[in-house]
Amino acid sequence: MQDFGQAFSLAFQLIVSADPMLSEIIFLSLRVSLSAVIIASVIGLGIGATVGIVRFPGRSAIIVFLNALMGLPPVVVGLLVYMSLSHAGPFGWLHLLYTPTAMIVAQTVLVTPIIASLSRQVIEDLYIEYREQFLSLGVPPKMAVAALLWDARYSLLTVALAGFGRAIAEVGAVIIVGGNIKHVTRVMTTAIALETSKGDLALALALGLILILIALSVNATVSLLRLNASNSAYA
Amino acid sequence: MRIPTSRLWCACAALSLMLGLLLSGISQAEERFIILQSTTSTRNSGLFDAILPRFRAKTGIEVRVVAVGTGQALKNARNGDGDVLLVHAKPEEEAFVTAGWGVKRFDVMYNDFVIVGPANDPVGIAGLRQAGTALRKIFQTQAAFVSRGDESGTHKKERALWEIAAVDPLETGGRWYREAGAGMGATLNTAVGMRAYTLTDRGTWLSFRNKADYTILVEGDPQLFNQYGVILVNPAKHPHMKAGLGQQFIDWLVGPEGQSLIAGYTIAGQPLFFPNAPGGE
Repeated sequence: MQDFGQAFSLAFQLIVSADPMLSEIIFLSLRVSLSAVIIASVIGLGIGATVGIVRFPGRSAIIVFLNALMGLPPVVVGLLVYMSLSHAGPFGWLHLLYTPTAMIVAQTVLVTPIIASLSRQVIEDLYIEYREQFLSLGVPPKMAVAALLWDARYSLLTVALAGFGRAIAEVGAVIIVGGNIKHVTRVMTTAIALETSKGDLALALALGLILILIALSVNATVSLLRLNASNSAYA
Repeated sequence: MRIPTSRLWCACAALSLMLGLLLSGISQAEERFIILQSTTSTRNSGLFDAILPRFRAKTGIEVRVVAVGTGQALKNARNGDGDVLLVHAKPEEEAFVTAGWGVKRFDVMYNDFVIVGPANDPVGIAGLRQAGTALRKIFQTQAAFVSRGDESGTHKKERALWEIAAVDPLETGGRWYREAGAGMGATLNTAVGMRAYTLTDRGTWLSFRNKADYTILVEGDPQLFNQYGVILVNPAKHPHMKAGLGQQFIDWLVGPEGQSLIAGYTIAGQPLFFPNAPGGE
């Protein structure tokens, strides 16, 4: 297979030439997945903190349920969101099908359980450590949650990155609700699927390499921010 | 203990600002666009990339193509998730119009299906003039055959050809008949990977780039005719759909300009589709 070498040189050419089609696709991928992760973080951290701290009947069942939802197949999420947003579905009147917003909705559904589940574990572990202190100082619950979220921020950032990894890598959901429409809803993964189906394996792999580079740079940026923050904290 | 509520608020504010930036512009969708539910074979052939910019330049209407199998395209259109259909399964298309989901069906263009396989052709079907005979030979030798298996136009045609061959590939229960459940390109990749025979439309085949040593073995049977039709989804069923813009696109596609652009689209000098709209030329 000479395709490997060809893919590497093609990926390099695409990046160097700053192909406008490619930058459009990259920009949309980042926009959709980052939006989904931010929205999912807000919802997921809320759920994670609540389930992690508050004791209520049926809590273990909810934890098992959340953990199971981490394995939600993207194609099923895509189907559910398609059926909801389709004009024949309950939210058809919003006219969101085949738009980037629909893709954000699908990825948010996909990522929220991951963030909720992982952050629940992080916050619960920290809470066990802090509980005595909170009780002895009489910290009000709202402040306790704020302190937990703040002190766990680096672990929670990793949780968000896990969610981002899932969002940027999935193809099953966005291809159904987005439709892989050129210039409108084509993202990295759907473009890779398309080039593969055209039999242009070298170009597909080149796009795959670029996708890995993007994931790498997002992760690198976050760890740089983190490094800066912890350096200044001890300065 | 530090309880940095203010910093937490800062982080929240930064996040919402970022989200605002990411989402801005997303809803500024252009109104003059239509959704065209079409098939993977037409999209993969590159036809849309060749002709749609011309339509947009002339009318300012953007055509957003969703490429799925014909079965799914018809289903999506029934749900109101498309303005125009461009598919290739005439009986189903006519049923779609008769049932009131579509306004009217027009012939647009045709090409043909071909049976492709490895160049050394272990079954020996090369040059056969009848697709049914070729399929029967594949069945008799139990050579691997990959089916689309996805209710697409190509899949429906393939099943009709098995009927002509008087073979029910699902009933015979052998492991030689493999359903990929995928689009045309993905099915070709699978067939090449398994050294199996398969049925493909000529447009996808000509533009397919992972052919390895595969070649066309059977062609020219009138049964392999592949007609594409265009249908406006019925606005009476789905009041939100853009009937005016959709009709404008159909008129253009079956009119002289659309038809001559279709005729002029070639790969390596070979035309992929032949226009045959009633009033086209």
